[in-house]
Amino acid sequence: MAVNIIIFGQLTDITGEQNLVVSDVNDTDQLVAKLNKMFPAIVGAKFVIAVNKQVVSENTILENNSTIALLPPFSGG
Amino acid sequence: MNSKFSYERYSRQTLLKGFGETGQEKLLRAKVLVIGAGGLGCPALQYLAAAGVGTIGIVDNDTVSLSNLHRQPLYTTADIGLFKSETAAKKLRELNPEISFHVYNERLTSSNALEIMAPFDIIIDGSDNFATRYLVNDACVLLDKPLVFGAVSQFEGQIAVFNFHSSDKSPAVNYRDLFPRPPKENEVLNCAEAGVLGVLPGIIGTMQASETIKLITGIGKPLINCLLTFNALNNQFYEISLKPNQDTRSLIPATKEDFESMNYEWLCAAERSPREIDINRFDELIADKDTILIDVRESHELPIVTEFKHQRIPMSILKQAMIKTDAGTIVVFCQSGSRSLAAAEWLLGLSDQTRNVYSLKGGILQWINQHQKKETV
Repeated sequence: MAVNIIIFGQLTDITGEQNLVVSDVNDTDQLVAKLNKMFPAIVGAKFVIAVNKQVVSENTILENNSTIALLPPFSGG
Repeated sequence: MNSKFSYERYSRQTLLKGFGETGQEKLLRAKVLVIGAGGLGCPALQYLAAAGVGTIGIVDNDTVSLSNLHRQPLYTTADIGLFKSETAAKKLRELNPEISFHVYNERLTSSNALEIMAPFDIIIDGSDNFATRYLVNDACVLLDKPLVFGAVSQFEGQIAVFNFHSSDKSPAVNYRDLFPRPPKENEVLNCAEAGVLGVLPGIIGTMQASETIKLITGIGKPLINCLLTFNALNNQFYEISLKPNQDTRSLIPATKEDFESMNYEWLCAAERSPREIDINRFDELIADKDTILIDVRESHELPIVTEFKHQRIPMSILKQAMIKTDAGTIVVFCQSGSRSLAAAEWLLGLSDQTRNVYSLKGGILQWINQHQKKETV
């Protein structure tokens, strides 16, 4: 099972890519743990997770081909 | 709309299906407050004034600087050093003299926010820091006012409509439902640190104006309880739906008294860390009448600065001296920039501080060196 990740803002400075495919994750907690391993600099970074365009605040089950967006806060104006 | 003048001015939008003279009347009766007359605020203000929003408030205590102009083309090079709120209002009055402008040439704080915001129907957040963003969000929840949010970073922008009660009775979402707590110090870089494509706040601020006009006139589908992200590099829009987060309600002050006791600057510690400024910014601030400059070197230290007006308050007595000033900005300098950074930190730690405190990076020696180089070129 694989999910598509879209990364926004300065998080792309950490991942180097705006789009990633991550496999073998069943829920958002597992996804975050896997991202933390792949990109140690992402540990502690502030962002919200949206699963299929719906923001989630608790651990959420992922389905094959789900699209997950990682959105950091912006302050600039 | 009785006058021919008004009819002509708005004729291209009153022609629109679903807008008409009724929509125009709604705009003329509306009161919109724009917080921050910078990259987001300028385009929002221009289009709201042009569209005929009857009452517009502008909050900003900053002055125009050279590095603002690439993204704030409402201002010109000749406006450098002038107050943004007053300068913007002057230009907007020329654009549309039918509008009533309210200028608040002050920094929004928890003590003045509720009073400033109360008379307005819709609040637009065009600020440039998390302290103001959380303050504005919480005040909008407390006063029960819709908030049109916009923010930018590098090549991307975010737009949302918060705290708007739709007719379908779905609960209104606010910024804290998305990000319950402000980021910690240096967790997220601002425009000054991370950079921003000049046209980007132009796009996002214009979209904030568009969302505001939709909310007032009741046309279309505004971004209520949604966050829209725009990426200028690949032209991609990405919209996500938001929902209330039960845990965040307790973070928002429930009463006027609770709100006024909040220290948003402290909450967003990053905004309280003194910023080091370079020689160019220092020279801009020398010319700014709302800035005082303080030499914190001991009285025996050379060279004596005669090139610009300043006060000399050595570090050893700075704490006793307790700077009593109305100046919005304090700039401290020393020989090499390290003592002045410590002085700036201490000045920021003073209670009820809302002013900006800066330290000259590299100190006065580097400043003199650079100016001597300029003279010899």
